[in-house]
Amino acid sequence: MDDSLRELYQEVILDHSRHPRHFGPLEAATHEGEGHNPLCGDRVKIYLVVDDAGRIADIKFEGKGCAISQASASLMTDMIAGRTVAEAEKLMDGFLHMVKGEDAMDLVGDDRERLDIMAGVSAFPMRVKCATLAWHTMKSALEHGMAAKTT
Amino acid sequence: MMAQTKLRAVDSFVPPRGDFEILSREIYGKPLVYLDSAASAQKPRQVLQAMTAFAESEYANVHRGVHYLSATATERYEGAREAVRRFLNAAQTDEIVFTKGGTEAINLVAASFLAPLIQPGDEIVLTVMEHHSNIVPWHFLRERQGAVLKWVDVRDDGSLDIEAFDAAIGPKTKLVAVAHMSNVLGTVAPLKEIVTRAHAKGVPVLADGCQGAVHETADVQDLDIDFYAITGHKLYGPTGIGALYGKRAHLKTMRPFNGGGEMIREVTQDLVTYADPPARFEAGTPPIIESVGLAAAIDYMAGFDRAAVKAHEASLLAAAREAVRPLNWLRVVGDAPGKGAILSFETEGMHAHDVATILDREGVAVRAGHHCAQPLMERFGTASTTRASFALYNTHADVEALVAALHKARKILG
Repeated sequence: MDDSLRELYQEVILDHSRHPRHFGPLEAATHEGEGHNPLCGDRVKIYLVVDDAGRIADIKFEGKGCAISQASASLMTDMIAGRTVAEAEKLMDGFLHMVKGEDAMDLVGDDRERLDIMAGVSAFPMRVKCATLAWHTMKSALEHGMAAKTT
Repeated sequence: MMAQTKLRAVDSFVPPRGDFEILSREIYGKPLVYLDSAASAQKPRQVLQAMTAFAESEYANVHRGVHYLSATATERYEGAREAVRRFLNAAQTDEIVFTKGGTEAINLVAASFLAPLIQPGDEIVLTVMEHHSNIVPWHFLRERQGAVLKWVDVRDDGSLDIEAFDAAIGPKTKLVAVAHMSNVLGTVAPLKEIVTRAHAKGVPVLADGCQGAVHETADVQDLDIDFYAITGHKLYGPTGIGALYGKRAHLKTMRPFNGGGEMIREVTQDLVTYADPPARFEAGTPPIIESVGLAAAIDYMAGFDRAAVKAHEASLLAAAREAVRPLNWLRVVGDAPGKGAILSFETEGMHAHDVATILDREGVAVRAGHHCAQPLMERFGTASTTRASFALYNTHADVEALVAALHKARKILG
């Protein structure tokens, strides 16, 4: 099989998409956002609980979409829970660099290793939006609180 | 298997692969299997050469200069209009308005024909299988003028129920707008019957012929249809050009669409008067080179026995349909009798975009998504489908490549 395909649909990604972590509604959310990819009609909702110290105490997501978008959302929620908003945004910047095939200098250590499973997306320019949808939605939720919507 | 063999036996059409240079290229080291003609068809050498030859030796702006080339270009441009008239069997050449595509043709009808007639509460009847290009212009009239959109459903197999039109068309209906052929389901609308029933209630009918004109026969006089929209790039012609057929009686009463050069009779500081149709609706420099390409595409299609092409495409569709029938993880969306050569499907546990990505790496180009038909996706309870669409240049080997690639996708994602 094509190596880039093998990398894109590696087992960890398929596992995240089939068994997404942090999936479901979050009643106590202080921030939520809805993202929509008009290209494919996919939607994702991100719920966050941000505490007074600016830490993301909890995060969940809901939505339907392709393996890439689901895995990306699952991985993101897994990695962001417990971090500060500033840390989450920094992680997002690094992730965006990575999936666009740019130098992700800002990603270090464990973060780089964990996100690296998504790096194969950079070989599929038409699919980058699938991978970034959840992240953009998360950022928009953090910026706009309860009323956020992104497209 | 038997059905497949039998169908192949009656398909004696030889796809003109050699006319389409692009079909011999490879994608990721695999032969290109182009199954996205419903989005846009490939262009034969005859079309490309006609455009190049015209641009190299006869090109100038039309209807303006008195010089030789302007006259020649005008002749070619008006010749293309005559080619479209012949193609649609319109009664008169001035019933053909060139547009930049099918979308603009429908917007023209919405803005110039229907908008002045709409009072709040007036109804526009359309079907759930419409492409956004035959939905959004009517939404404009809903938003801006209080028109009400009345939706005719399709049956679960994707077919249209003519009685449903009868029920939907009422005293407040100002227009019926329907796709001749669905770009997702392949369903062919019973246009003639729809026109008959609508006219019985004094209601005009517009058909979106972007798919229908390619795969069905559109005889606007026989259909007695009021408006018929086509686009060039799905007809093996260039992008940037389409056409609207409108009955002369309608076009004569319609207000202008875009304002600019060419569409006027006279302009003063205080007044403007407008040209007769079709010039009234063709403001600005038109797609001149593209018109030559469109005429060449129509000529190209005329070189084939349309019935044989249709039988060929039907044979490809039937083979594909049979090949996916045993796959219990695949659900075909749209199985209407007599449908055109489009196969849309959902795949269990596999998103259309993932399927399309894997097919792409096998050289198989399909469309994945909502196909600009979100109300239809909603009707079938899905966000997206994978769509393989067939054209005159496709082969049974293409069908086999599609099916093999689908199995591969299942292996990777399933």
